[in-house]
Amino acid sequence: MKQLIIPALIALLVAGCSSTPDGDQGGAPVESRDGKVATVTAGGVDGRNLPRELTDPNSILSKRSVYFDYDKFDIKAEHKDLVAAHAKFLSNNRQFKMLIQGNTDERGSREYNLALGQKRADAVKKALTVLGAREDQIESVSLGEEKPKNTAQNEAGWAENRRGDMLYSGEF
Amino acid sequence: MLRPLLKLRGLSLIAFSALAFVQAAAYAELSIEITGAGASRIPVAIADFGGEPGSARAVTSVIRGDLERSGLFKLIDPSGLPMTEETSPAYGDWRSRGADALAAGSISPTGGRQEARFRLYDVNKQTALAGAAFVTSTPMLRAAGHRIADEIYEKLTGERGVFSTRIAYVVRKSAQRYELHIADADGQNAQTALISKEPIISPAWSPDGGRLAYVSFENKKPVIYVHSLASGQRTVVANFKGSNSAPAWSPDGSKLAVVLSKDGGSQIFTVNANGSGAQRVTTTAGISTEPFFAPDGQSIYFTSDRGGSPQIYRSSLYGGDTQRITFEGSYNVSPRISPDGKSMAFISRRDGGFRLAVMDLASRQTQVLTESHKDESPSFAPNGRMILIATELGGRGVLSAVSVDGRIKQRLSIPAGDVREPAWGPFAK
Repeated sequence: MKQLIIPALIALLVAGCSSTPDGDQGGAPVESRDGKVATVTAGGVDGRNLPRELTDPNSILSKRSVYFDYDKFDIKAEHKDLVAAHAKFLSNNRQFKMLIQGNTDERGSREYNLALGQKRADAVKKALTVLGAREDQIESVSLGEEKPKNTAQNEAGWAENRRGDMLYSGEF
Repeated sequence: MLRPLLKLRGLSLIAFSALAFVQAAAYAELSIEITGAGASRIPVAIADFGGEPGSARAVTSVIRGDLERSGLFKLIDPSGLPMTEETSPAYGDWRSRGADALAAGSISPTGGRQEARFRLYDVNKQTALAGAAFVTSTPMLRAAGHRIADEIYEKLTGERGVFSTRIAYVVRKSAQRYELHIADADGQNAQTALISKEPIISPAWSPDGGRLAYVSFENKKPVIYVHSLASGQRTVVANFKGSNSAPAWSPDGSKLAVVLSKDGGSQIFTVNANGSGAQRVTTTAGISTEPFFAPDGQSIYFTSDRGGSPQIYRSSLYGGDTQRITFEGSYNVSPRISPDGKSMAFISRRDGGFRLAVMDLASRQTQVLTESHKDESPSFAPNGRMILIATELGGRGVLSAVSVDGRIKQRLSIPAGDVREPAWGPFAK
């Protein structure tokens, strides 16, 4: 059997005791796919200053969240004033842009939840544009179940996560 | 006990050289538990490999661990019968221990590298079934063990082994730290491909195994990237207005099916692998997401709520000819088609729990494989025998591999951290 020890540098496939070489034996190098994986760090985004009316706790505009019922996508009556206030701000301040992030609770498929969150963000965007905001001021996106505000696995927690958040330029 | 074996092969020897890579620091590794086992297992003995004891032990334990974990083999105690690939087997002794197959081998240094040799024998027929040698750097001896285990698995079962393949998954270290990891199929040798402050979901392997497509939220919205693993180079393939998600590779690797909300709603499009040429596939109102190509590349399976609840549909890639596939229950999502195109793994809500199910596509017969409450993200092993899923145990995300007949279950877990979004990579080329 000693003759079967072949120096690595020769790097070739040899039929040993067999008289018929096996082409399908699988001669690829062990390391061809197990090489080093490079590590990448993804960056973040810094916020910047916003006008006081958007951040003053006494201003309705400091409130940014619209909550939804389970498997529902319509804006409830209790949130209509908030949405109307933001629509008015956007129509009076055309230079401002808004990102609406839709969110869901954690139950079910991540990608399906991403699509459900998109439905919620789209519902907020539609309400804002009906009330005077311009379409090109607003982008509606979804975070699905990925960014829960409340991690409790009960109805109280889930209710806080079924949500659309309105962010202004500089906040996202 | 052995199935009709492939034609008797003499000892053929494969030698090669490969670049020595510096291994990234090993992070907390996945551990594997078998929580069930197949009914009839092939009794196989793996003799302790000869050579330098540390290296020999490492390779022997990789081979034994791989075979045992598959659930298809019963390992026979080899103690007191030392041998290597150069020894004539004492067939009578091995037969009396109940072994149907026997493998033996050794490790020897060769020019600063290591050569792992083995032979596999049919104990009953008293013949050699296979043999090979793999040359590798010392840190990569585990890879040689996986290749030997793949050879043994294939000779004894008639199907390709997946021990040399890799898996990808996401670890949530904290609310501000997410990592995309690549590990060997046994959960060892984990390396970090991406670190982000924001979530990463839906990794999908390119058919050549060199790249991953995934969704990253690092720009405060879902954007699809393709990431080359060896170089770390990342390309944005979909960053349209709105959400960009759910990437799936076409079988030839030229295109991705993706979900875009740019035209309103969540709709399936195809884009070229460099991000150009977006073309819309689905047009029905409501959600269409989680696309997955059939192996022939001509049709797409996906999840849609067009019928009032999320169900799985199939459509021609060129739109139209849409058929509903699932009818049982009110929540069926995440379709993944087996490599042979004959079955579909998916997640079905049953009795309030989200459970892994498999449907035979010809008969439409469905089998629910787990009793979990939170199974997610199934992916088939490239030989179609096991399905990797994310599930939850004690409030923590863990990975689990389940055989397509539901009889073999393995659990993989990282002691600290929340593991999710697994994807099983293709065969090593």
